[in-house]
Order: sequence, then C-alpha cells, then structure tokens
Amino acid sequence: MRVLYFAWVRERIGRPWEDVETTAATPAALADELAAREERYAAAFADRRALRVAIDQRLVDFDAPLKGAREVAFFPPMTGG
Amino acid sequence: MTDRVIRLQEAPFDYGAECAAFAGRAGGAGAVVTFLGLVRNDGGSLTRMEIDHYPGMTEAAIDAIAAEAATRFRLNRMLVLHRTGPMHPGEPIMMVATASRHRAEAFAAAEFLMDYLKSRAPFWKKEHRAEGSSWVAARDADEEALDRWAGGAG
Repeated sequence: MRVLYFAWVRERIGRPWEDVETTAATPAALADELAAREERYAAAFADRRALRVAIDQRLVDFDAPLKGAREVAFFPPMTGG
Repeated sequence: MTDRVIRLQEAPFDYGAECAAFAGRAGGAGAVVTFLGLVRNDGGSLTRMEIDHYPGMTEAAIDAIAAEAATRFRLNRMLVLHRTGPMHPGEPIMMVATASRHRAEAFAAAEFLMDYLKSRAPFWKKEHRAEGSSWVAARDADEEALDRWAGGAG
C-alpha cells in the first residue's frame, strides 16, 4: 500500500511517500504501526487530532475500513483558499 | 448543466483578464461574482509563501465541491483557479467566479465555494519569514463556516 505524507507530516517523517506492507484494518491502526517504527514517525503521529486522513484520495475517518485501499495519505488540516 | 472550470497552476494569473474572459462566457447570466485571494503580509516580514497540495486528490476534491455547488445553486458557470508552489506577498493565490441569472445565487455560490475550498481541498500553506518558516494552522472559524451549509459536500 502506498502511504503519502503532506506538509509538516512529510517534513517530520522526512519523505513524501513510501510503500508499506500492512494488515492494518483502519488508518488508526496503520498510524499506530507507523508511530511504533521510529521517533520521527512517533512525532508525526503523536497528536491524532491534528491529522486528517484520505483513502484513495477521499477524506475519511481514522476508523474507516482500509481493506482494498491502494493509497493512504496523512496530512494536517487543510489551509487552502 | 453548469459549466465548470477548475485550474491548478504555479504561475501567477491576471485577475482582470480572467474576470473578463469568465464574464464573456457567462452564458446569458445576469450576474457575475468574483473573489480574489492574495498573499497577505501580516507583520511585513513575509518573504515567500509556498502551497503544497495533493496532486490528483486536489482536482477531485475541488470538482466534488463545484459539483455540490451546482446542485445547490442555479449557476450558468463556475471557475476555480488555485495556485500551488512558491509565491510572493501581494500576488494572487486563488480566485473563484460564479455566474447566475440573479446576483443572490452568484454571491451565495461564491461563498459556498470559498468556505469549502478553505478546509476541504488538500492545500497547505507554508510561510517563509526572515525569522523562520512555519505551516499555517487551520482556523476553527474556517471549520465553523461549513456549519451554515450543513449537510453539504466534502
């Protein structure tokens, strides 16, 4: 599964994307797995309320089903306009 | 069927020319409303602004927002133009334009588009100042602005 990071999440983790082998059922579980890897991931995922998640380019909740997803993205609340 | 145009680009744009072109193709509308967002320079120390985005999702999210606007308001035409990448104080960041038979729906649709673009389209602003760089934090007021369109897009 391709996992993408944007804005300060990308900067904190130090890469824009990576391919991840996971059996996580939800973005929340995937975030827990990633956070357990290394300090920089732990720092990026420390405050879940400061993050948003998209599955296959659609905004979803952290407890949405991940099954069948090709792409998951983690990023801060959006600040366009 | 509302004609809708969505453009993402790095280069600055000519607001006057965009407005004139939009109005020229407004398809018999009686009212055109346009909004222009500029790079603000609070405190005077901003050297550069940078907009990060999520290619692919950005276009899809804006299109979904515009499609929702088209179901809520009777519009002849819509334009959403948003820049990405580096830009400087005073430059245009983005614009929306709406054309409708009467002004009320053109105004409302422009506000609807702006409210959703602010917090439902995957853009992130980073400010570069002499003293350092920082990502712009989302404002609660932007999220609350969506409440008045309750049950909406995104």
